[in-house]
Amino acid sequence: MSRVLVLGAGISGHTAAAFLRKWLPERDEVVVISPQPEYNWIPSNIWVGVGLLRKEQVLVSLAPIYQRHQIEFKQARAVALFPEGDEGNPESTVEIEWTLDAKRGQREKIAYDFLINATGPKLNFDATTGLGPGKNSLSVCTADHAEETSRVFLEMVEPMKRGEKKRFLVGVGHGGCTCEGAALEYVVNLEFELRARKVRDKAEITFVTNEYELGDLGIDGVHIRRGGYVTPSKIFTESLFAERGIRSITKAHVRGVEPNVAHLETLDQGNSEAPFDMAMLLPPFTGVGLKAFGRKGDDITGAVFAPSGFMKVDVDYAKKPYAEWKPRDWPRHYQSPAYPNLFAAGIAFAPPHPISQLRTNADGFMISPAPPRTGMPSAMIGKAVAHSIVDMLGGSNVPTHAASMAEMGAACVASAGANPFTGTAASITVFPIVPDYERYPETGRDMNYTFGEIGLAGHWIKILLHHMFLYKARLRPGWALIPE
Amino acid sequence: MSALLTQPNAKGSIPKSEWLYATKPTRWTLFLRTFLPWQAWRFVWINAKMIKIIGPGHSGR
Repeated sequence: MSRVLVLGAGISGHTAAAFLRKWLPERDEVVVISPQPEYNWIPSNIWVGVGLLRKEQVLVSLAPIYQRHQIEFKQARAVALFPEGDEGNPESTVEIEWTLDAKRGQREKIAYDFLINATGPKLNFDATTGLGPGKNSLSVCTADHAEETSRVFLEMVEPMKRGEKKRFLVGVGHGGCTCEGAALEYVVNLEFELRARKVRDKAEITFVTNEYELGDLGIDGVHIRRGGYVTPSKIFTESLFAERGIRSITKAHVRGVEPNVAHLETLDQGNSEAPFDMAMLLPPFTGVGLKAFGRKGDDITGAVFAPSGFMKVDVDYAKKPYAEWKPRDWPRHYQSPAYPNLFAAGIAFAPPHPISQLRTNADGFMISPAPPRTGMPSAMIGKAVAHSIVDMLGGSNVPTHAASMAEMGAACVASAGANPFTGTAASITVFPIVPDYERYPETGRDMNYTFGEIGLAGHWIKILLHHMFLYKARLRPGWALIPE
Repeated sequence: MSALLTQPNAKGSIPKSEWLYATKPTRWTLFLRTFLPWQAWRFVWINAKMIKIIGPGHSGR
């Protein structure tokens, strides 16, 4: 009998656990450890944040699903890894701290044969003074955050109906953020909802981003064939903003957020201020702060995790200039180089470098997007890692399944306004996610597999995906047939 | 920057300097974006395209 532990029940961890259970014999244990009792379909948090969905509509309770599928669930957070065991026990173990009310604060060690670290990110609001819920800005990173954002948004609308003007600031709250696409989705949905509520003329909307150009999205932008031209995503995004009357501030780092004003620093214009009545600013991410210890209790965190807190995997982490970045820099198997029974999946793995060109200010401070690795790639990595572990338990000495972001495509549907007849969404595919300028010298991507368009069909697809992925998360009959 | 370029556009919040040089959709393009028969066709086409693109990535070996 073997035991596979999965830390985290987000898109990557939940996918990995579900496939492990499907592929492993019943005698093998699959154990999921997650501090939250629910799975959150995060892409739909955008609609919670503008008051179109309730948070319960994007959450799925994990315990009954795991009970039905013979997956053991412990509502707890992982604290430390002991990949070599300890002096009294050579088995690899992880120390957890329960978050379930009945056992809150209790700690225990659990042995494992294989472990998948799919803990996702720590939302590092502390990186910017005054950033985040409970301070001076809002977020849609979790369902609770999105619900609070919705409440504030709806409170703004009432005085606007009486003629008051309001200023909205939306974007990323630090120079090193990722998920610019989510912030973009939120700002256009907010604009759409203000129009739907007939108060658009009372709103001044500003988008603040660390992207060098709009449409970079942390993936060095995308080129699309349209109207006889190969056109960069910058053009499409600028067009959308011009059409919607949304002002943008690019190349920006938010130095601090005070009540009703954000202090910005941009690569080209120095310091400025952005006043607001409501600000939704996403935080930068770090690893969740897991520690690792050797057999004698020595701290080996540096051997297992990068300084960012994300886990080191099959990557050469030597620093290289942008011109030397190659697709082969990106991990294929997500296996720890130090411990072969340890894997990372989703956001939890440490990327070799950004995808977008790294840019810094005069003081060397980075103001450019970190690489996104959420959603579809995250799930595909979880599935590939699960497959490799199943094969290794079956006798293989090495991981058998790869999921390099430089070799996979991704599909993304970004809502631009939710209404079954007047709504729109941008449907985008890219192949590969990490541009490969050796194979595709012009744009880094295969133009036959990279496309995008905005329209009502995209909104219908977004609705379809919302229901389809929640169905899949519930592991209902036929769930495995639904692509990641 | 001239006064003209700092005037807001009709939507009231974006300086002219930002929208003057941006590509803007024609009325025909905006119409097609929500024209039901066209969008029904695009729904089928985009789904087919996405399945074709994500298919190879799911083999994963």
